[in-house]
Amino acid sequence: MESALSYLAFFLVFASIFAIATLGLNLQWGATGLFNVGVAGFFSVGAYASAILTTPPDPERLGGFALPVAVGWLGAVVASGIVAWAVGAAALRLRHDYLAITTFGVAVVIQLVALNAQWITGGPFGRQSIPRPLVAEIGAGLLWNLFYLAVVLAILAALYWAFETLVRSPWGRVLRAIREDEGAAESLGKRAMAFRLQAFVLGCMAMGLAGALYAHFVGFVAPEDFLPILTFQIWVMLIIGGSGNNRGAILGAYAVWAIWSVSGGLLREIVPQAEQARAAALQVVLIGVLLAAILLLRPRGLIGEERVVSRHAGQG
Amino acid sequence: MLQLVADGLIVGSVVSLGAVGLTLTYSLLRFANFGHGELLTWGAYLTLAFLGLLLAGAEMAPIGPFSFGWPLLAALMLALPATAAIALAVDWALFRRLARHGNAITLVIASFGAALALRNLVQFIWGTLPEYYTREIQIAIRLVPRDVLGGLRITPDQLLVLALTAAVVVLLHLFLSYSTLGRAMRATAMNPALARLAGADVAKVARATWVIGAALACIAGVFAGLTGQIRPMMGFDLLLPLFAAAILGGIGNVWGAVIGGLIVGLAESFTVPLLGAEYRAAGSFAVLIAILLIRPTGLFGARA
Repeated sequence: MESALSYLAFFLVFASIFAIATLGLNLQWGATGLFNVGVAGFFSVGAYASAILTTPPDPERLGGFALPVAVGWLGAVVASGIVAWAVGAAALRLRHDYLAITTFGVAVVIQLVALNAQWITGGPFGRQSIPRPLVAEIGAGLLWNLFYLAVVLAILAALYWAFETLVRSPWGRVLRAIREDEGAAESLGKRAMAFRLQAFVLGCMAMGLAGALYAHFVGFVAPEDFLPILTFQIWVMLIIGGSGNNRGAILGAYAVWAIWSVSGGLLREIVPQAEQARAAALQVVLIGVLLAAILLLRPRGLIGEERVVSRHAGQG
Repeated sequence: MLQLVADGLIVGSVVSLGAVGLTLTYSLLRFANFGHGELLTWGAYLTLAFLGLLLAGAEMAPIGPFSFGWPLLAALMLALPATAAIALAVDWALFRRLARHGNAITLVIASFGAALALRNLVQFIWGTLPEYYTREIQIAIRLVPRDVLGGLRITPDQLLVLALTAAVVVLLHLFLSYSTLGRAMRATAMNPALARLAGADVAKVARATWVIGAALACIAGVFAGLTGQIRPMMGFDLLLPLFAAAILGGIGNVWGAVIGGLIVGLAESFTVPLLGAEYRAAGSFAVLIAILLIRPTGLFGARA
């Protein structure tokens, strides 16, 4: 019973962290139509930034400032926001698919830094002993997992409320207008570039926060936690849940993480030890096929975008 | 110095061939195909598989100074249509259906998913350990003595890769300039509606584009395998250089992609002494960012 509960807590913490990143992607893609292929990159910037700020001092590496965890999370949001701003300022002026290619390149470079810049990231071994907030007071084990779950859920709820308010505000309507017809939005005096940059940076900040939450739950970060597969998983979560709808984004995160965990668990049970790596490859193939099928058969996802989001529109 | 240039050109010729295929599909089918790198991987692995079948355990007798023998060329000839078949199958199953009622960006996500599926399928079938076409060890020829600009050593295989890349590009240029299908392809890239009016069969042009792009990717994959290792990640690792080269040359510009590929290869090669070998890919990224900031239509593209 206890182990089932413990497993459930683990599952929910990870799914909720991914839901936060998916909300960020939804603001970029769902609301504004920005194609970000570097989700894993921004996620890892947040994770490493918080790790550097909060870990105990380490003479061989940058940082180890032993700051409070909350400061680390704030730092993660700021760091991923700064990276996003630099990328967005360069790439958002251009055609949509160039943003995809640029963010893809950013993720590749961030992965290179994570793997090779030993003095910042710890290289292939990653950064260890990232503090788990209040673990001394609560004690490790199930109780702490439940506490962390509550923290992550509270952040997810706050973010959901914030993003819902944003997309329903006049600001959010401008994003949609830009997504649908940039020329028309510009002709009404809306500077498309500025709005796109704001949405892009805000979305990447959510991804960075998700990365920091991940780092402090697991207790260490290493480059192989942030492979391109992570970008793909977040995208699948958004598409399956329904892009353009924040509830869809959250639902997609839980649904896809459930499919992923169950299929991974089944493969581990069925497939002999020696063949596990190949089975894991097959798992990714299945998720790729699932995405393609959803795109073809149900492009709106589980819960699609609402047609009218403003209180004022559609009246009279 | 000279060695860096030579290394850059060899990597660059692989990038060029891949980027030509990418630029053709990009301009004709109008979306950035994140799955293009996987066609290189599949080309390399299919050639490896056919080579295994042809040799059936026997040793491959090398031709002249090269490390490989005729069976490798025969295997490549078999792998070319097989790689093209994969590209056509993905197009039929996914891209063509999505293009009917989606926008270009949906195609990009779909290509991302297709790339992941294709890459992991390679891993599932062949495993993750690096493979080689031949274990033959090649002695590099010293072309330039050590005291002239650091000297230059190059293997016969590498020279052949350079020469064959040039030959393939010239053949492609002749095809696009003088054959009816090639002209129809260029016309469709410029203006699909007008090309259709002029009698070009747009569906046929799309198929031809996939076949040519996949064949070039297959050759590039084999060259990459011949001058390096055959790994499931080889195509994915080349994706950033491919995009950088295609954008550098201007999307749709074949010669631009070739020059772009060589420049990207040189940029990666010169990154090695500056930042270290582990940061090679950062060279491609620097080229990409520079061209996007300075001239997003590419070196040889029309001004926006």
